[in-house]
Amino acid sequence: MNKQSIISIQGLSKTYDGGFQALEDVDLEIRKGEIFALLGPNGAGKTTLINIVCGIVNPTEGRVTVDGHDIITGYRATRSMIGLVPQELPTEAFETVWNTVSFSRGLFGKPANPGHIESVLKSLSLWDKKDNKMMTLSGGMKRRVLIAKALSHEPRILFLDEPTAGVDVELRQDMWNLVRGLRDSGVTIILTTHYIEEAEQMAERVGVINQGSLILVQEKQELMDRLGNKQLRLHLHEPLQGIPASLSGFDLEFVPESCELVYTYHSQRERTGVTMLLLALGEAGITFHDVDTKQSSLEEIFVNLVTWEK
Amino acid sequence: MNIYAVKAIYVFEMARTFRTIYQSILAPVISTSLYFVVFGAAIGSRITAVEGVSYGAFIVPGLVMLSLLTQSISNASFGIYFPRFTGTIYEVLSAPISYVEILLGYVGAAATKSIILGVIILATATLFVPLQVAHPLIMLTFLVLTSITFSLFGFIIGIWADGFEKLQIIPLLVVMPLTFLGGSFYSVNMLPPFWQTVTLFNPVVYLVSGFRWSFYELADVSLWVSIGMTGVFLTGCLVTVWWIFRTGYRLKA
Repeated sequence: MNKQSIISIQGLSKTYDGGFQALEDVDLEIRKGEIFALLGPNGAGKTTLINIVCGIVNPTEGRVTVDGHDIITGYRATRSMIGLVPQELPTEAFETVWNTVSFSRGLFGKPANPGHIESVLKSLSLWDKKDNKMMTLSGGMKRRVLIAKALSHEPRILFLDEPTAGVDVELRQDMWNLVRGLRDSGVTIILTTHYIEEAEQMAERVGVINQGSLILVQEKQELMDRLGNKQLRLHLHEPLQGIPASLSGFDLEFVPESCELVYTYHSQRERTGVTMLLLALGEAGITFHDVDTKQSSLEEIFVNLVTWEK
Repeated sequence: MNIYAVKAIYVFEMARTFRTIYQSILAPVISTSLYFVVFGAAIGSRITAVEGVSYGAFIVPGLVMLSLLTQSISNASFGIYFPRFTGTIYEVLSAPISYVEILLGYVGAAATKSIILGVIILATATLFVPLQVAHPLIMLTFLVLTSITFSLFGFIIGIWADGFEKLQIIPLLVVMPLTFLGGSFYSVNMLPPFWQTVTLFNPVVYLVSGFRWSFYELADVSLWVSIGMTGVFLTGCLVTVWWIFRTGYRLKA
């Protein structure tokens, strides 16, 4: 096990009874105290991976340890460390918020602690709803309750499976502030999300999974630097009839609608070609009144990776 | 042992009973009272005593057993089926809790509810018929054993069922007929010899017989055979539950 690792996944595979292979030989190390984003299209295996670590799904092959404890033989130790916010919104319709959150704490082997439950509910703006029945809450509120349930037993690892699905912008920001606070207090957070900008904002490392295989795991910034293209957009004074022959050696695209010349390059390369391009533009007599650059988003990188895999 | 988890499930399940007190407690008490009125007072007054016990008093153990079986199955099957249906079972499966502890929580709560109900029905019966309990300890043993056994059976049904219809099939189409034909309202000795033999294949006969013996020392089969058969059924349920947990049948993919 890596010195910093808190979750170690080795050779993990899962084939469901119907023959569908959800995971294939996955190796992954999650570091203590990090926010790790697991990205992948629908059906990629993200939820299966999480469910195996949490004990909800049986692995077919491979081994998973949490803080050195095997998830099968040492399930009491591993599960008591983990909090899970599932993708769906399963709730006990007739229970109150307070009861359902308190139930979770007991279920995970912790003695009653009304002070902690109060603090969790307040941090999620649920305190005034504590006596409301679950059936009376909106989808966003139910999502908060699920987070409260996951935090009720003070987990050291928190899995957030699509936590902001169906949640409004304000609440989403509240949630991410809470997640950052948890990370600062030492909680390891593993999240899956379709809002890639969230992973981009929140995560320190990113894993991309597709068709059950982990395509890559990398520091978010390294990934963006390695695979991210940068675009230099030149706003021209006059439109071009076409790309002049003297500029054909550059990766250029002319956008007539906005009268822009777009140059795509890798920002991490020693020679980006920007200087050469600007000189060549001057020689060709092409003038421009403004210039801006844009870095590829994680979403664009992700789409490229998945498309490349296909 | 994760005592807090067992307590959490147990209290959660018991709270459901008190939240649905009309359905859980009042409805069975009223229906049992109606049995006493109809079979005990109205029809029973025209039936001669059965082996020295008035018909009204004779049917008390059978009626208690009828409620005990149906309510144990109903409570336990619903208790585990509902979280499966709503999806909240994910929390139980991901909690640091052993299968034995899950059973203690769910089956313990279901059995407790049935025992409470059985005691209430017995108390209700005293309003209609003179009741005597010759062997209170044996009576209590049967009450507890039956509640646990059939709560386990209900738990199995709750795992097996993949819809509300299946949840009701076994209690309505199997358990109810077996209970009615298991000597709840008559002594097996009243049947023709052929049907006496057939009846012995009905496991409820042994429960009712043993339970009735604890009241009036009247039994269709030996007390030890009754206890033995209850033990066999209990063992069968335990083995099935063990298999369910070992394989993750309908719980874990």
